[in-house]
Amino acid sequence: MAEPEPTTAAAAPAPGRLRNAFGGVLCAFTLLLIGVLAFSIRLFSVIKYESVIHEFDPYFNFRVTQFLSKNGIYEFWNWFDDRTWYPLGRVIGGTVYPGLTLTAGSIWWLVNALNIPLSVETVCVFTAPIFSANASWATYLLTKEAKGTGAGLMAAAILAMVPSYISRSVAGSYDNEAVAIFALVFTFYLYLKTLNTGSLFYATLNALSYFYMVCSWGGYTFIINLIPMHVLLCIVTGRYSSRLYIAYAPLVILGTLLAALVPVVGFNAVLTSEHFASFLVFIILHVVAFVYYIKGLLTPRLFKVAMTLVITVGLAVCFAVVAVLVALVASSPTKGWSGRSLSLLDPTYASKYIPIIASVSEHQPPTWPSYFMDINVLAFLVPAGIISCFLPLSDASSFMVLYLVTAVYFSGVMVRLMLVLAPAACILSGIALSSAFDVLTRSMKFQLSKVFNDGSAVSGDSIAEGSTASNDTKGSSTSTVNTNSAKIENRTEKSEKPSKKNRKKDREVTGSVPVKPKKEKRLSVLPLEASVVGTLLLIVLGGFYVVHCVWAAAEAYSAPSIVLTSRSREGLHVFDDFREAYAWLSHNTDVDDKVASWWDYGYQTTAMANRTVIVDNNTWNNTHIATVGTAMSSPEKAAWEIFDSLDVKYVLVVFGGLVGYPSDDINKFLWMVRIGGGEFPHIKEPDYLRDGQYRVDSQATPTMLNCLMYKLCYYRFVETDGKGFDRVRGYEIGKKHFKLTHFEEVFTTHHWMVRIYKLKPQKNRIRGKLKKLKSSSKTSSTLAAGRKKNPWQ
Amino acid sequence: MAPSLHSLPTTVFLLILAVAVASAAAAASPSSPPGEDGIRVVAAEKRIDLTGPIVKVFLTLKVQNAASASEASYVLLAFTPTEVQHLAIVKATRAEGKRKKKTYVPLPVEPSHLADAPNGASLYAILLSTPLKPAETTTLELFYVLTHSLEPFPAEITQSESQLVYYRDSAVILSPYHVLEQATYIKMPSNRVESFTRVDPTSRSGPEVKYGTYSNQLPNSYLPILVHFENNHPFAVVEELVRKVEISHWGNVQITEQYKLRHGGARHKGVFSRLEYQSRQSISGASSFKNLLARLPPRVHSVYYRDEIGNISSSHLRSDSYKSELEFEPRYPLFGGWHCTFTIGYGMPLQDFLFQADDGRRYANLTFGCPLLDTVVDDLTIKVVLPEGSKSPEAVVPFLTEQHLETSYSYLDVVGRTTVVIKKKNVVGEHNVPFQVYYEFNPMFMLAEPLMLISALLFLFVTCIAYLHMDLSIGKSQAS
Repeated sequence: MAEPEPTTAAAAPAPGRLRNAFGGVLCAFTLLLIGVLAFSIRLFSVIKYESVIHEFDPYFNFRVTQFLSKNGIYEFWNWFDDRTWYPLGRVIGGTVYPGLTLTAGSIWWLVNALNIPLSVETVCVFTAPIFSANASWATYLLTKEAKGTGAGLMAAAILAMVPSYISRSVAGSYDNEAVAIFALVFTFYLYLKTLNTGSLFYATLNALSYFYMVCSWGGYTFIINLIPMHVLLCIVTGRYSSRLYIAYAPLVILGTLLAALVPVVGFNAVLTSEHFASFLVFIILHVVAFVYYIKGLLTPRLFKVAMTLVITVGLAVCFAVVAVLVALVASSPTKGWSGRSLSLLDPTYASKYIPIIASVSEHQPPTWPSYFMDINVLAFLVPAGIISCFLPLSDASSFMVLYLVTAVYFSGVMVRLMLVLAPAACILSGIALSSAFDVLTRSMKFQLSKVFNDGSAVSGDSIAEGSTASNDTKGSSTSTVNTNSAKIENRTEKSEKPSKKNRKKDREVTGSVPVKPKKEKRLSVLPLEASVVGTLLLIVLGGFYVVHCVWAAAEAYSAPSIVLTSRSREGLHVFDDFREAYAWLSHNTDVDDKVASWWDYGYQTTAMANRTVIVDNNTWNNTHIATVGTAMSSPEKAAWEIFDSLDVKYVLVVFGGLVGYPSDDINKFLWMVRIGGGEFPHIKEPDYLRDGQYRVDSQATPTMLNCLMYKLCYYRFVETDGKGFDRVRGYEIGKKHFKLTHFEEVFTTHHWMVRIYKLKPQKNRIRGKLKKLKSSSKTSSTLAAGRKKNPWQ
Repeated sequence: MAPSLHSLPTTVFLLILAVAVASAAAAASPSSPPGEDGIRVVAAEKRIDLTGPIVKVFLTLKVQNAASASEASYVLLAFTPTEVQHLAIVKATRAEGKRKKKTYVPLPVEPSHLADAPNGASLYAILLSTPLKPAETTTLELFYVLTHSLEPFPAEITQSESQLVYYRDSAVILSPYHVLEQATYIKMPSNRVESFTRVDPTSRSGPEVKYGTYSNQLPNSYLPILVHFENNHPFAVVEELVRKVEISHWGNVQITEQYKLRHGGARHKGVFSRLEYQSRQSISGASSFKNLLARLPPRVHSVYYRDEIGNISSSHLRSDSYKSELEFEPRYPLFGGWHCTFTIGYGMPLQDFLFQADDGRRYANLTFGCPLLDTVVDDLTIKVVLPEGSKSPEAVVPFLTEQHLETSYSYLDVVGRTTVVIKKKNVVGEHNVPFQVYYEFNPMFMLAEPLMLISALLFLFVTCIAYLHMDLSIGKSQAS
């Protein structure tokens, strides 16, 4: 951030230098405040609830971090987790994006090396807010590269509180995205920085930053596709320069090498289709570079000859490479794409072929209100930002536009990727607001100075020049920022223009005299009233945004989801059933007992209860999940057999019918049927539906009313109120009085939200048989023992 | 399964009976009266309180020294090996003065190795403040607490059953002296007494059983009895308690208590039905408990109650000027054999606990024991973390404990904080007495960490200034 000072200071006289120093300090201070804002707006969850890890995936990350901090990095890479996916287990070190864990782990290590007693949990809880502050600073840098300091500060402030990002990075939401957004923005910043300076130093940093992004999140493929797209765009629009080459070529080479170091990526970095675009563009870039090189060497006539030659050869090579790639890709069943990536390209793919991806709510396409909820007024500011990016279009601003357009597409496919859109929307809104304020304040200055110095009736543009000068002398906070931004804008223009004319030599530019775009200045002067009203309206708009963001942070996105609260007349009522159940499991069952539940609760069970689970949120084995789904949708005896074959001792179900908790297992049940039916055809979805409708009341099908999930959820439920009224579904349940034959209730939480059942041991029922046998005739015990094993093989 | 369960305690009982008979026989042999053969117990009354999970015994002994004997400086008390194992605390007082000016003087009690007792029984010596002259009579009031002495029988119960326990003792007082006249009263929590051993004369009135009066019992007599009765009192057992007391001279004493709690009663068996538990609270899970009460010092602040997976949001704090009471619930009701762990932490103002001794040393006056009411702590560890730079720490505890020193680090410590670790097993409410930790401390050490921070920041700024004013680039001279 202190970077622009030396150059401007060198050019300006002594008072200007002081002013710039003041501006720099002010800018730094503003950034500090933005960082504080970004951090503190995410603390609502800690203040309103408690310092606790949220939701599902963060619990896994937390558990991994605990392991890392306890056992060290080498143990972490080699960690085979036998507490999950029983009996398969899971290789954690090779299947996890380690960026977040390593980040939090090293923060914890550093803090403890200084003898500050912070627990791993505390560090994990506050990692996301810390990285949000980092992300807003990175946004400042990125926007500054494109449009100058003013836009940078604006964008940073907007990003600090954009609800979409808050939803993934409140304190306690310890998930990959929290760190990844920072890495994403910072990588883009370094790319643009390299593109603007042509410095190999930044190119190397860029590759390292990309490496960090690869470590952090699967979304790194977005970077490795977006940057090539931009490079291609630059080449196509005739913006090729050696800076572009320096910005791109080291990134591909170093970045790919580094990415291949991450175990979860490994050879995927060169083998899967997600990465091919970058290599293709890499080749194209070289061809283009070669063409420019030849062009410089040869006379125009010779060049034409050479050109045809090179193009034919180049195309031939390209076709060959493409053909090989296509052949490679076509040989793999998924065409080399992972399921999630495919569902990005074809939004209907998942719902057709992979129910397990479709069953996750964050993989659904978003609705319109969610756009308003997540980016609010930014949705209206973004078009203005795009226009502003075209005046004038630079390499950097074209990148912004490209980033926005692709991000909008992806966010339209998956709710989750709204998160990628958020920085783009913030940056463009920041640019829009900044240039709007720029225009408005400048014309206010101009009009005011015209009112005061009535005598000097000079032409518009010269006064506009003067107004910028007077701006400088007054030096109020906004105007300083504005002038700063104007200067930097000019500077970038300076460095842009010659590069268009003379494509090879871009270093010499710095000394050249700035060419002021006079026409623009004349256009941008507005009437005083209009500019005052415009400024006020923009401030009001900003105010709305801030209010919305604070509301979203405080009310919508801060709930940790493992603790629920409801407000009643007597005050706050806390539903802490999940932790009650997990604590019970952890203290009152054997360490090696296996707990079966739907996969949503897998991570929490392993992290909080420290018990082995059959399936968890890392949905890597569809068959295994389908087995649990089948068991849940089978009748009691068949389910018992499946669970017994998996060595399961306890079955955990989440039931919201008593208190009205809607995301319970009965509402998720159709997915269990679908996923189970996908692998085991004897489970048929229509058997559970009455006339295509999913219901558990008296109209429900007998299959539904006899399946394990129904029984475990509603066992003795009718005795609570005498009717069996389910508050989530809003009707009385279908089958009210029934007994469990193969399972016994061992624990139900205070609000009945979690119910834990134990598989009855075999001998109980065998003994019944034995008694019968004994009553008929005194048979030998060997016969009984022989029969004992029979039924459950 | 059932008959074998029945038979086991019975055999145990028979075994004990046999041992006891043997011991009684041994006691009857003339060689046994040990030590001071001059003392005899004129009258004894033993009141056993079985209403709670902890057995409390009040023993009144009227002791007389023989006319011919020499002065007696102590009186011996005998315990069986099982009693010694479960004995948490023994207190003795001696009544002095006549009727109206009667005062009770506490007397020290020590395990005695002076004389052997038969069958592994242990002797404790009550050291008299003024020796007992020949032919003098005095009254000793004894109080002792036995933990884990109520054995649940049946050992496993379902949710709807109530908890029955066995208590084993002797109808007569085990004593190395001749006891002329004695009676034993056993008080139980309710009228539901399943059975009790009869050693005539024995009488029962409501929840109380009286053994005696017996007269002229020989030394070391033992008549085993067994009482079987209902006790639905919560058997809360803290298996392990680590109390960490951090003293900061900036004005705060921070206490962190980590509990490992267990329901020590009859094990829960089979189904736990929340429905039954919620709808029929009086009969369902009678022996379970869901509330605990901790008595904390007055003026505590920032109290928290959590476990390893987060905050537990079911606690109430009531404070007045004498005490604070923290009423809290574990995450789930505890049935027999169920465990839970939790942490309670609170801060207290320093001036209530830290004082300056006459010799210039400082001392922290803290309370020993466990703030939970009616609980047994099997294993108590108190760690008093003194401020960094404290020297020559010394803990003064009124009873025998195991002590050692440690060094712990927190909040930017360089040399570490001296930590006094005090350990004791089998702690009950009667152990909640003040103890002192003396140490030397130079207030200059309080400034060490702020100064360290200041210098670190100073260094940072100086580095920044130096960096901004230095030109480290290689190509710069060329450009200019």
